[in-house]
Amino acid sequence: MGTVITKIPWGVLLILLPLMGGMACFLWPRIAKILGLVLTFVGVLSVVGLGWQIMSNGVYHHAVGGWGAPLGINLYADGLSLLMLAITALVGFGISVYSSGYFERQHSTRFWPLWLLVLAALNALFLSNDIFNLYVTLEVMGLAAVALAALTGSRDALSGAMRYLLANLLGSLSYLFGVALLYHGFGSVDITTLAVQVKGSPTTWAALGLIGAGLVLKTALFPLHFWLPPAHASAPAPVSALLSALVVKASFYILLRLWLEIFGPLGGDVDTLFGVLGAVAVLWGSLQALRQTRLKLLVAYSTVAQIGYLFLAFPLAMSAGVMAWNAAVYLALSHALAKAAMFLATGNMLRFGGHDRIADLDRVVQRLPLTATAFALAGVSIMGLPPSGGFIGKWLLLEVALAQGQWGLVVIIVLGGLLAAGYVFKVLGQAFTQAAVMHESRAVPASMEWAALLLAFGAILLGFLATPVLSLVGIGSPFGAHEVMP
Amino acid sequence: MSTVFLYALVGVVLFSLGLYALIVHAHLLRKILAINVMGSGVFLVLVALAKRTGEDTPDPVPHAMVITGIVVAVSATALALTLMLKLTAETGNAELPEDSRE
Repeated sequence: MGTVITKIPWGVLLILLPLMGGMACFLWPRIAKILGLVLTFVGVLSVVGLGWQIMSNGVYHHAVGGWGAPLGINLYADGLSLLMLAITALVGFGISVYSSGYFERQHSTRFWPLWLLVLAALNALFLSNDIFNLYVTLEVMGLAAVALAALTGSRDALSGAMRYLLANLLGSLSYLFGVALLYHGFGSVDITTLAVQVKGSPTTWAALGLIGAGLVLKTALFPLHFWLPPAHASAPAPVSALLSALVVKASFYILLRLWLEIFGPLGGDVDTLFGVLGAVAVLWGSLQALRQTRLKLLVAYSTVAQIGYLFLAFPLAMSAGVMAWNAAVYLALSHALAKAAMFLATGNMLRFGGHDRIADLDRVVQRLPLTATAFALAGVSIMGLPPSGGFIGKWLLLEVALAQGQWGLVVIIVLGGLLAAGYVFKVLGQAFTQAAVMHESRAVPASMEWAALLLAFGAILLGFLATPVLSLVGIGSPFGAHEVMP
Repeated sequence: MSTVFLYALVGVVLFSLGLYALIVHAHLLRKILAINVMGSGVFLVLVALAKRTGEDTPDPVPHAMVITGIVVAVSATALALTLMLKLTAETGNAELPEDSRE
C-alpha cells in the first residue's frame, strides 16, 4: 500500500487532472458540476498522497517527460509548496461545494472550466522550480481569474475585471523583463541554479526591482492595491473567495520563494520598504474597510489590510529568519481559510437579502445562524484572537518584532487587530438588530452555509495545529534553517 | 556586441513608452495597444540578449521564451479586447468608469 502511494506521480496529477477536467467541462457542460466536484475532491486526495511521498522520501522532484533541467521542466515540492498546495486543495474543495449550489445553469457552465483552469495553474505554480515556468503559470492563472471576475457580465464586474486584467498584464510583463535580465546575467532560469550563482550586480538589481514591482502589483500591496477592491467586490461570491484566498497568495508565494532563494541576501533596503508599505497597507486597508457601506467592499478592503501583514515579515526576517517567515506563511494560510469563509458567508447574506448594504443586514443571525457563525469565526481569525490560525501568525510576528525592539511594527500589528475587530463587529452588530422593514428573502441551500462554516472552522482549527504545520513547512528547509519552533 | 546592445536598448525604450502610454491614455484600446508595445519591448530584449555568449549561434532558450510569451500575449490581448467590447456595449464608452474605483 505504502509503496503504491509513493510511486504515483502525485505532482503531475495535481496539474494534469484539473487542466484536462477544465477542457472536459468546457466540452461537456452537462457534466461540468459533477466533474468539478469530483476533481477538486481528487485534488485533496492527491495532496495527501504527495504529502505522504514527501514525508517518506523527503523533497519531491519530478522531471516532466523525463527531461530535467536545464533542458526540460522540473517539478519540485518542499514543505512550503506542500502547505500551499494543501490549503489550495482544501479551500478549493470548499469553494466547489459552495459553487455547486450557488450558480444558475447559465453561469455554472462558464464557471467550472475556468475554475478548474485556475486550480491547475495554482497547483503548477506551487510545484514550479524555475522562474519562467512561474511566469507561464501566473499568466494562465491570471487570465482565467480575470474571466471569472467578469462572469456575471454586469457593468461593475466588467470594469472591475478590465482593471484587474490591465494590472495583471503590467505585473507579468515587469516580471518577465526581470526574468530576461536574470537569464542574461546568469544563463539559467532554474531557481536552484540561480540561488548558487546570483551575486550583486547592476543586472541583478534591475531584475530585483522589476520582479519585485511586478509581483507586488499582483499581490496588491499598498499603494498598488487599486485594482483589488473593485474586482473582488463585483465578482460572484465563490469567485471573490478564490481570488482573495488563493490567487493573491500565489504571487505572494513567488515573491517569498524568490526572496528566500535568490534575492534574500541582496534585499536590504527593499525589505525595509516592503515593511513600511505593509504597515501602511494594514492601517489604510483597515480604515477603508471601516468606511465601507457595502459588505463585499468591506471584506475586499480587509484583504488589502491582511496582505499588509504578510509583508511585515520581510524587514523582520533580516535577522530573525525562520521565525518571521513562519509567521508570514501561517498568516497566509489562515487568511486563505478565513477570507474564503468570509466571502462565502457574505455571498449567503447577499443571496438571502438580495443586497449587501451593511446597515440593512437585519437579523441575519436569527435567519441564517450558520452563516453568521461562519462570518464571526472567520472574523476571529482575521482579528487574530485566540484560538485561531490568525492568532498564531500574529503572535509569531509580534514575538519577533518584540525581540528585535521594533516598536513601530508592534504598534501596527496590535492596531491592525483592533481595527479588524472594528469592521467585523460593524457587520455582526447589524446582524443582531431588529429591522424596521421586512425584506423579501430567498432560501440559501445548506451546502452553501456549511461550506462557509467548515472553512471558518478550519481557520480556527489552524490555531491548534501550530506544531505539526510548522514542522511540515520545515521539510526541505525552505527558510534555510532546520529548527522550527521554540 | 554593440548591435546587440542597440536592440536591447530599443527594447527598453519600447517598454518605457508602452508604460507611459498605459498610464496616460484613458481609452481602453490605447491601453491594450500600450501593453502590447511593452510586451514587444520585453521580447526584443530577450531576442537581443540571446546573443550573450558571443558565438555565432545564438542561445535558443530565450527564443523559446519569446514564442511562449507571444502565445500568452495573443491570448491576453484577445481577452482584453473581448472585455473592452462587452464593456463598451454595456456603458457606451470604451473607458474605465472612475466611480467604480471607490
